[in-house]
Amino acid sequence: MSRPRAHIVGVGESRYTRWGKIGDVTEHALACQAIQRAVADAGLSMDDVDGLASFAEDRNEAVFLAAELGLPALRFGNMVWMPGGGGGCAAISNAAMAVETGQAAVVVVYRSLCQGQFFRFGTGGMNAAAPADPEPPKLQQAKSLMLASIGFSMPYGLLMAAAAYALPTRRHMHLYGTTSEQLGMLAVTFREHASRNPRAVMGGRPMTLEDHQASPMIADPHRLFDCCLESDGACAVVVTTEERARDLAKRPVEILASEQGAPKGYAFGPFSNANIADELYATGGCEEMAGRLWSKAGLGPSDVDVAQLYDHFTGCVLMQLEDYGFCKRGEGGPFIESGALAWKGGSLPTNTHGGSLSEAYIHGLNHVVEGVRSLRGESTSPVDNAEVCLVTSAACVPSSAILLGRR
Amino acid sequence: MSERFFPDSMPPPLADTTTLPWWQAAAEHRLVVQRCTSCEHTRLPPAPVCPECRSADSDWKEVSGRGEVYTYTIVHRPIAAGQELPYVIAVIALEGAGGVRIISNLVDVNPDELEIGSPVELVWEDMSADLAIPRFRPMGR
Repeated sequence: MSRPRAHIVGVGESRYTRWGKIGDVTEHALACQAIQRAVADAGLSMDDVDGLASFAEDRNEAVFLAAELGLPALRFGNMVWMPGGGGGCAAISNAAMAVETGQAAVVVVYRSLCQGQFFRFGTGGMNAAAPADPEPPKLQQAKSLMLASIGFSMPYGLLMAAAAYALPTRRHMHLYGTTSEQLGMLAVTFREHASRNPRAVMGGRPMTLEDHQASPMIADPHRLFDCCLESDGACAVVVTTEERARDLAKRPVEILASEQGAPKGYAFGPFSNANIADELYATGGCEEMAGRLWSKAGLGPSDVDVAQLYDHFTGCVLMQLEDYGFCKRGEGGPFIESGALAWKGGSLPTNTHGGSLSEAYIHGLNHVVEGVRSLRGESTSPVDNAEVCLVTSAACVPSSAILLGRR
Repeated sequence: MSERFFPDSMPPPLADTTTLPWWQAAAEHRLVVQRCTSCEHTRLPPAPVCPECRSADSDWKEVSGRGEVYTYTIVHRPIAAGQELPYVIAVIALEGAGGVRIISNLVDVNPDELEIGSPVELVWEDMSADLAIPRFRPMGR
């Protein structure tokens, strides 16, 4: 028995900049702009929208945005419990469930970031220039489960993502001989893809492997160019039913399958959890979920024509390549070295927009936008006749993924 | 007071009533892991229920403080004012802890000599009269 499948019918974004550069409009105004552009791209009106979905740490609550945008009614307002970017594809998945079950007709998934107006993610919210509190250090009260949990990582200075994700990557290097040059080649490949993308913050900044190797060490093995950008910007994705998708402005993209979650005992992943199972530690933690995704769609890694993989750090992409079965465990380094991820001549063109390493860091929702464009033939690094695209949201934290199909 | 490795400005630990006994033991320079009194499974951070047998009964098992480096990162950016750079964050597999690992720092170590699998031992850093943080250094240093 077949069931109606949700489709993505519109995508849109604001301008993307270096972090802190968007100060003339508020973060929620930028969200409104991206949502309006995505709805217009679909050929829909804001009067058609009855759902809004987002994922963890969103400062721009759906109930307020619905009022600001004049939605006739908010029938579905949804938030995913995933840290950082891990919930991007899960928010798409939840939007899909809502339209497939009739909870809403048109749901927009959105993300807006203006870090200069709040705090810079790379600092973990700490100000290293601030003088110490004159009071002697003491135990503080944790006001949430999350804070009680990171009470076992924070006092050691483990707050910066570049340091947290270095831990599984370093162990991967130890177990399998993965090298910094292999990680660098991945960053260079994505930068090359960005060179054709006018939206990419680093579009005009070519990078060589020598540049990567000369970039300053942030948290070993992460050099500066192993770390994603820190960006300001917003983007949005419109999800509706198959029936509604048929006669809209653009070629619809089908959501073939979606999965979200984390393996047993994972909590926040290596970011704060030293006790992830040994066999999972030097992985992206996505293998089990990937198996469910392939089986749900009746597809496998060899069916993927183009991939948009969440690239917060180079090593996390490498581990995803193994988790999703594009290569064997431990062989991510040689797989990257083979040129597999390149738009030109690669067997798995990946992050055709430049990714978070080179387009912009919009918590990976921009990867969904690019996934849609790559199946519509609108990518600036187009893959001929691409029919199936894998989009992932994070790794080494609870994460999510979707498989998109061309109609 | 013990030798100091990190400045007062480091982020302080946060605790709730589930995790408080662990920090109280630390203040007495006792490194403990939580142990299920029903199935003996050990865990860290402390949690209300055993993830293996789901029993809510537990006690605290003191460990030797010896262990080995499971993984590490050498960090070149400060998180707090007055911090010496670079500093090392490591995951330590604790001896006699039923497989439990702990996130901590490696101190008194030459970053160039760091290796996964190296033996390490506990060193307490008294951040104040009421707050002690467990850190590790190469065995026999």
